Amino acid sequence: MIKLTSVSKSFQTKKGTVHAIDDVSLEVAKGEIFGVIGYSGAGKSTLIRCVNLLESPTTGSVMIKDQDVTNVSAEELLQVRRKIGMIFQGFNLLKTATVYDNIAIPLKLTDVDKQEIDQRVRKYLQIVGLEDKHEAYPGQLSGGQKQRVAIARALAQEPEILLSDEATSALDPETTESILELLLKINQEFGITIMLITHEMNVIQKICDRVAVMEKGKVIEQGKTIDIYARPTHPTTRRFVNSTYHKELPPHVLRELIQTGPVVRLTFVGESSSKPVLASVSAKFQVSPNILAGGIIALKQETIGALVVHLHGEKEETARAIAYLEEQGVKVEGVEVTYV
Amino acid sequence: MSEIQQFIEGRLPIIGESVVQTFQMVSISLLFSVLIGLPLGILLILTRPGNALENRAVYLVLNVLVNILRSIPFIILLFFILPFTKLIVGTSIGIKGAIVPLIVHAAPNIARLMENALLEVDSGVIEAYKSMGIRTRHIIWHVLLREARPSIILGLTIALITLIGGTAMAGLVGAGGLGDLAYRFGHLRYEVDVMYVTVFILIVLVQCLQSIGNRLAAKYKKD
Repeated sequence: MIKLTSVSKSFQTKKGTVHAIDDVSLEVAKGEIFGVIGYSGAGKSTLIRCVNLLESPTTGSVMIKDQDVTNVSAEELLQVRRKIGMIFQGFNLLKTATVYDNIAIPLKLTDVDKQEIDQRVRKYLQIVGLEDKHEAYPGQLSGGQKQRVAIARALAQEPEILLSDEATSALDPETTESILELLLKINQEFGITIMLITHEMNVIQKICDRVAVMEKGKVIEQGKTIDIYARPTHPTTRRFVNSTYHKELPPHVLRELIQTGPVVRLTFVGESSSKPVLASVSAKFQVSPNILAGGIIALKQETIGALVVHLHGEKEETARAIAYLEEQGVKVEGVEVTYV
Repeated sequence: MSEIQQFIEGRLPIIGESVVQTFQMVSISLLFSVLIGLPLGILLILTRPGNALENRAVYLVLNVLVNILRSIPFIILLFFILPFTKLIVGTSIGIKGAIVPLIVHAAPNIARLMENALLEVDSGVIEAYKSMGIRTRHIIWHVLLREARPSIILGLTIALITLIGGTAMAGLVGAGGLGDLAYRFGHLRYEVDVMYVTVFILIVLVQCLQSIGNRLAAKYKKD
């Protein structure tokens, strides 16, 4: 649906050339929710703007449904953009127009006929759950409601692709949750392909099928969400994954524990999560596992569990215990004092 | 009592005439200043770096031109462009002769005020409309001008009041008006009551215009 090939974008600033995006290739399949995560300044905002050519890439190509859109005429570009909806962190609604007009005006300007406009506005306001707010002005709505209007506005264009630029970043956790559910519903009911950028791992966790991690303009890791959670390889990716657990040990506690045995992070995916492996460890070896932190994360399709465990015991015994755990399909990682 | 009657009979027609002259000058020059200034303001916005019609050269030229015209005091401009005025309207005196310099003075002012009003429009909304495949001219009309309406109205109110001030000097080219009346009767002929009445009318006029401007702006402001 969306295919970026070796896309780079650089800006000329007073301090020299800035490479906002550096040779990024990725592909978003029809009907999936694809997330791009990265810290501020990683280039994700520029990347998503390259998809609908709000930024034109310096080099590389952008394909939308097998059409190379990097070299189309201005007129064709308008048509391409009309098939791609976009929502923003700042909602970007007309302050001086009612909710109804906010959705109706863009339709009018893209030559949708009058009757159709009224039908669509009503239909999509109902889908986002704001059928009673037709005459309200954005200033009278909460952040979550404004984002719903923005989503209705995007949907009313009946796009095949929806781009989401940090759409939940300005919202509180509860509202974020409800907006994510709405996005999921849109994806499932209308089959709209969604590409989103975010700096919040829980957005990725809840709705993304696949994810790309960006840093300094490059994609440093990409794959299925479950794989990224289970086997993050790049340190930045690991930091993002760890941020979901919200359970980090104070370094001095960790240093003390290490005296009597290793502290490890165990990740359980799929089958391994249903076996009582820790109990068998204490039965089979001279090791007493002590759970320090842990949690279960519900991804869009699967669940993944993670525990931080102190293996109290002699060096040889703990080594054998770790080997056994790995045999059982549990992923074992040492917890380093430095990055915990 | 008779003094007041005498004043009403003797001076009121002149004052009424001056009011009409002021209104003529202000309304005609405002109309043309807006017709020139508003597009100029839009052009200043659009040719700015990073905007739809980004063009450094055009922006720089417009910017400097606007600054030059705005830096000449009206009373000097009035005489400075006499030949130009004659070229445009065929005369350099009377109401016609005053209107040209008033426009030359007010249009760049309005351009700058409109530029500022339009700058206040959230660039995110413009980006959102671009992302929906909306044409630039539609964005100008339905986003830029629409969202800036409150600031545009307030800007025009300022421009209008400045114009009224400008018409006071138009008496120097024989255009009449309230300012000229106050000067001729009040200052040159020591008829201070005429000056008082004129000043009073001007105060009421400016107060009313500002209130109307504020109300209209508030009506369009929805946040």
